[in-house]
Amino acid sequence: MNYNIILAGVGGQGGLSVSVLIARAAMAAGYRVKQSEVHGMSQRGGEVLAHLRISDREIQSPTIPKGEADLILAFEPLEALRYLAWLSADRGAVVAASTPLKNISDYPDINDVMAELKKLPRHRIIDADALAKAAGSGKAANVVLVGAAADLLPIPAEAIEKEIAMVFARKGEAIVQTNIRAFKDGKAQFSR
Amino acid sequence: MPEFVLSGDEAIARGALDSGVSGAFAYPGTPSTEIMEYIQENREERLNSLRESERSSMVAQWCSNEKTAYESALGVSFVGKRAMVSMKHVGLNVAMDPFTNSALVRINGGLVVVVADDPGMHSSQDEQDSRVLADFARVPCFEPSDQQEAYDMTRAAFDYSEAHEVPVLLRITTRLAHARSLVKTKAARAPNPLSKCTEPKAWILMPANAQKQWKVLLDKNLQFRADAEAAAALALRDRSLGVITCGLGLRYYLENEDDWAAERGGARPSLLHIGRYPISGDKIRQLAGYAERLLVIEEGYPHIEREIAGVFSAPIPVAGKLSGDLPLDGELSADSVRKALGLAPKKALPLPGIPIPTRPPQFCQGCPHADSISALKEALADDAEFFAASDIGCYTLSALPPYKAVDSCVDMGASIGMARGASCVGQKNAVAIIGDSTFYHSGMTNLVDAVAHKTRLTVLILDNSTTGMTGAQPTISPGSRLPTLLEGLGVERAHIRELEAHRKNHAINVAAIREELDYQGVSVIVLKRECLEYLKKARQA
Repeated sequence: MNYNIILAGVGGQGGLSVSVLIARAAMAAGYRVKQSEVHGMSQRGGEVLAHLRISDREIQSPTIPKGEADLILAFEPLEALRYLAWLSADRGAVVAASTPLKNISDYPDINDVMAELKKLPRHRIIDADALAKAAGSGKAANVVLVGAAADLLPIPAEAIEKEIAMVFARKGEAIVQTNIRAFKDGKAQFSR
Repeated sequence: MPEFVLSGDEAIARGALDSGVSGAFAYPGTPSTEIMEYIQENREERLNSLRESERSSMVAQWCSNEKTAYESALGVSFVGKRAMVSMKHVGLNVAMDPFTNSALVRINGGLVVVVADDPGMHSSQDEQDSRVLADFARVPCFEPSDQQEAYDMTRAAFDYSEAHEVPVLLRITTRLAHARSLVKTKAARAPNPLSKCTEPKAWILMPANAQKQWKVLLDKNLQFRADAEAAAALALRDRSLGVITCGLGLRYYLENEDDWAAERGGARPSLLHIGRYPISGDKIRQLAGYAERLLVIEEGYPHIEREIAGVFSAPIPVAGKLSGDLPLDGELSADSVRKALGLAPKKALPLPGIPIPTRPPQFCQGCPHADSISALKEALADDAEFFAASDIGCYTLSALPPYKAVDSCVDMGASIGMARGASCVGQKNAVAIIGDSTFYHSGMTNLVDAVAHKTRLTVLILDNSTTGMTGAQPTISPGSRLPTLLEGLGVERAHIRELEAHRKNHAINVAAIREELDYQGVSVIVLKRECLEYLKKARQA
């Protein structure tokens, strides 16, 4: 079993922390992981990209080869399109938040971006911001997105919920509950 | 043994702690910064795990620059304790003087020099290969291929440094530094006791001593070559291709090996992996005598490939970066290695039908630098003739739209020197823009030159109280000392201006910059306000 995830977003959206969350859940479920990210200048409003590889065997390359990603988890719709060359033609899926983050002057027409996303054979577009706010905090949009992809991942949902509880424990019970709900609400959009 | 999920940087830091390191020193620089951060965060825990008798002073300190960091590490080694100095690749240029000379001294406590190269220049201004500099200094170089090796090689590097009385350079690259995987650790070793080197000639590099020490080093190199050769792993398998991998190149190769084998009835290429340098080359010759052609996969320069290709033609074809089979610039990937192996690319979805604009990094919302740059831009607006020399830091982003405010960015501290040089030969309105951390790193000496030669020069020190670009590490000296320091360097008190970098002070700041541009001598304008990342970090702590 090999499962490769590209986490794409803009600096400050919490993409890297979600990568850690999924990696920990995968390890708790008995898998090996390799996680790669580039930090430095990319944190300042630029593209943020993390690669997460999950396998039951030894993982070699720290980054995902082109055409080998099973999932692009995009915290912003334009960022979902940036890494299509990495997505497997046979099995790759895109799960993307619908709210655009327009911090550049040449951001394309959002309708064109959505049309491109909808052309993909396996795509899920979700209003992660709205669901996160309903769950108690706009900051939980990244966790909503994990929920939206939950049934695609090779990890039981319970393992992810357990990690959410552990990761957010130091921020208090209310934050834990918000994020658990965010995860479940995201999940409920596409699976039971 | 305990297991941790560690990045390459963290694995090295953990390796240093478990090796009984007594002194760790660094200047922040991507992708090496997290080595020091991890040592600082885990120092207490490590000390507590030691027996009372083994606990001795252990420090992990940020320094002014890589040279001062290196020299502190050297002092630790002199008194018999283990030392690590870590930096990014261009930091080694700054520390080049102590680095090359320390190869000639008789290292006492183990000294490990970690250098994180940045091929692809994710956050750097060049992509030099530190293996070449290890070779230049005639010191051994270890290069791990994953996080586990990063830990194991750090431990081995300390032992090797002590056994052979030589600094060991541990070379990593961005993808290894910033990727995480499981690392199994081994029992920690106690720190060394204080025991000063008793043979002073071995550390006094006056010509008569240095001449002897240089010969000692050259003799030791025979052993380094033999040891690195013994550590290289050779598997003679299929004859049609011999692959040579170095460091991380191994992982990109192994990612594709199954597919290569599947196309050839299960046969796998012959493989030589090199993780230590300098090598004597016996196994390369053995492989070349066995395989029909070679492919060299190494991150950075074609270091090994060039040695093999040589001046005369190699007896069999050698593919790699020099041959054009792998790109000469940028970092390696599983994809570029796949192509070099002659494998077809994996099937990906078609690219989007609309252009995808890049999203360059930008100033954080409310960043004090943005306000300083706006003020400078307006102050210079009336002057067609100016030279605004920037330095290395977040404020380099002022080169991008909408600011497009600066003309140059070359190396740490260069802003002041370049503006000064240009001013000397007649350039009007020569301005240097430099952060507080970069000023302490390498800017001060240039300012002394300007004072000595009474150069007409305006220096803007953007004092945000931190080293911002690498994630807000503490600056070596508090901003409150800056005016006294500047005065001590010879800048006239009347031309040391302290301003608050804030939008609300825009008009005042523009006027002050204009006044100092009109001054015939050296003036320094300190634009002060704390970095927002730094404030956020301080609040969390």
